[in-house]
Amino acid sequence: MRKPASAIAVHGVLILYTLLALFPIILVIMNSFKARKAIFGSPLSFPTPSTFSLVGYDKVFGDSSIVSYYMNSIAVTGGTIFFTLLFGAMAAWALTEYKFRWNTLLTLFLAVGIMVPIRLGSVAIIQLIVQLNLINTLTALILVYVAQNLPLSIFILSEFIAQIPKDLREAARCDGLSEYNIFFFIVMPLIRPAMATVAVFTMIPVWNDLWFPLLLAPTGGKQTITLGIQQFLGQYITDWNAVLAALSTAIIPVLILYVIFSRQLIRGLTSGAVK
Amino acid sequence: MSEVRIEKLRKSYGPVEVLKDIDLKVEDGSFVVLVGPSGCGKSTLLRAIAGLEPVESGTMTIGGKTVNDLPPASREIAMVFQSYALYPHMDVYSNMAFGLKFAKTPKAEIDARVNEAARILQLEALLKRRPRELSGGQRQRVAIGRAIVRKPQVFLFDEPLSNLDAALRINTRVEIAKLHKMLKATIVYVTHDQVEAMTLADKIVVMNKGRIEQTGKPLDLYYKPANLFVAGFIGSPAMNFLPATMKKEGVLSLADGQELKIRLPASVRKGHAVTLGSRPEHMTLGARGALSIAGTIDIIERLGETGFAHVRLAAGQTIIAEVRGDPGTRVGDATRIGLDAKYLHIFDAEGQRLD
Repeated sequence: MRKPASAIAVHGVLILYTLLALFPIILVIMNSFKARKAIFGSPLSFPTPSTFSLVGYDKVFGDSSIVSYYMNSIAVTGGTIFFTLLFGAMAAWALTEYKFRWNTLLTLFLAVGIMVPIRLGSVAIIQLIVQLNLINTLTALILVYVAQNLPLSIFILSEFIAQIPKDLREAARCDGLSEYNIFFFIVMPLIRPAMATVAVFTMIPVWNDLWFPLLLAPTGGKQTITLGIQQFLGQYITDWNAVLAALSTAIIPVLILYVIFSRQLIRGLTSGAVK
Repeated sequence: MSEVRIEKLRKSYGPVEVLKDIDLKVEDGSFVVLVGPSGCGKSTLLRAIAGLEPVESGTMTIGGKTVNDLPPASREIAMVFQSYALYPHMDVYSNMAFGLKFAKTPKAEIDARVNEAARILQLEALLKRRPRELSGGQRQRVAIGRAIVRKPQVFLFDEPLSNLDAALRINTRVEIAKLHKMLKATIVYVTHDQVEAMTLADKIVVMNKGRIEQTGKPLDLYYKPANLFVAGFIGSPAMNFLPATMKKEGVLSLADGQELKIRLPASVRKGHAVTLGSRPEHMTLGARGALSIAGTIDIIERLGETGFAHVRLAAGQTIIAEVRGDPGTRVGDATRIGLDAKYLHIFDAEGQRLD
């Protein structure tokens, strides 16, 4: 048993940290429900009947382009997660299961990918995307994000795949499964917790990213929500009601995705396979 | 016909040869046990038959069909793994039905086969459970069930009992023997446990260092081991070996100078070195006569009705003799151990049996 005093200390630190982390989010949500005057007059107070206002939300949902920006963000994030997981798991499987000539070199190459920030290549990426005629498309964003996230996902998924007992794969081979079927029906279900982890840490930076949407899809209705919100931020005047309302709603989809994936983070899924 | 024939099979990992010119015939419906110490190549041989391990040269046929280049699934084999290798994310029913689904077996047929296997193995109540909710013995039965439903030509078992506790192991051993009788299946079974080999096999294949040392019926191996390795491997406790030299016609001299009067095969000449082998159960404590050796009792292990006396000879070697009832001797006593000429094995300097 731990001493009560140290338990209180630990919880005190955790509560303090939670408050610190949640404070800006609460501030955003709280103020999104207030009239403009109240936002500036008393930013730290909760909305009261007299200061309550939905003007920000009206503006955001009244603007049809904002809704399509949401859709863009969801499409980009969803597409990125899907392809990162699919290709990441496939590559991880190939690198762990099969012995071929350039195996080690390829693994090393991918490890380097983890260390080099993709933004260093922004200029080259823009040129490439322009040449591919993909500027102002969601495809461009998905391609770049998948490339950015693949190395680390392969790295993590390899570790998990290596833990799947060899006998299982061989039992499947004896059962007459093709290598593809072994991957889809044995390997994929067993690394589900790892894939959920990868999905979560892929999703959040992609959802929040401003850099690549700004470079690759800044106009033409293909803006993501983070970029779309910028239209409310002007040089001389900023529509804070709309910005706060848009930010508050932007939390929701990513929160839902997180809840879905975190349910998959169950430990010990492979227990019972082998003694 | 589901006969397995293996001719001149070779396999190596880099420079290390793990299978050296293996010739083996598994008759249709027979139970063949591959046995040997760890690293002898028995599991590799089994995996080669299964198609999980590529081989360099030689031919393998199953049911008259050459299978060298066929993938495991086309060989009509089913393997039961040491670790069971059940699919953890599927229930027992799906585990057994999985291979059949991919073979495009009709659903009704799958259902019939799985239920039949479940009935045979008493798994009916467990069909909806996941592997992690099963005990070791139950998992083992599911693994066997998964093999049965495929109706293979040959069953391959890779040390299936080594993860079970002692009581369950004996139980499952009997179950497997019954199953073999019932299914009349051709089985190749790998184990390092010679009791399993002796009790289950129609034919035992003793392997050592990538070679087959001897192939034969269990009791043939017990009574007529072809060489020192087989003699020492089959039987528990192991056979006692006494190095000796022929002093003159009909007389052997042991390392400590004791002499034994024995009729030797004609090929043994004066001065030749031989090894005498005698199993503990063929030795008598406190005997007299020409065919006995003197020593001191170190320890007596009592197992109940029988026991084992460890007797130290003057040259320092310890031999083990079985004792029945109360031998009337104690630790530290000098005694004589009688050898039974009928069960005495004689091996030449190369370790080969002399008759």
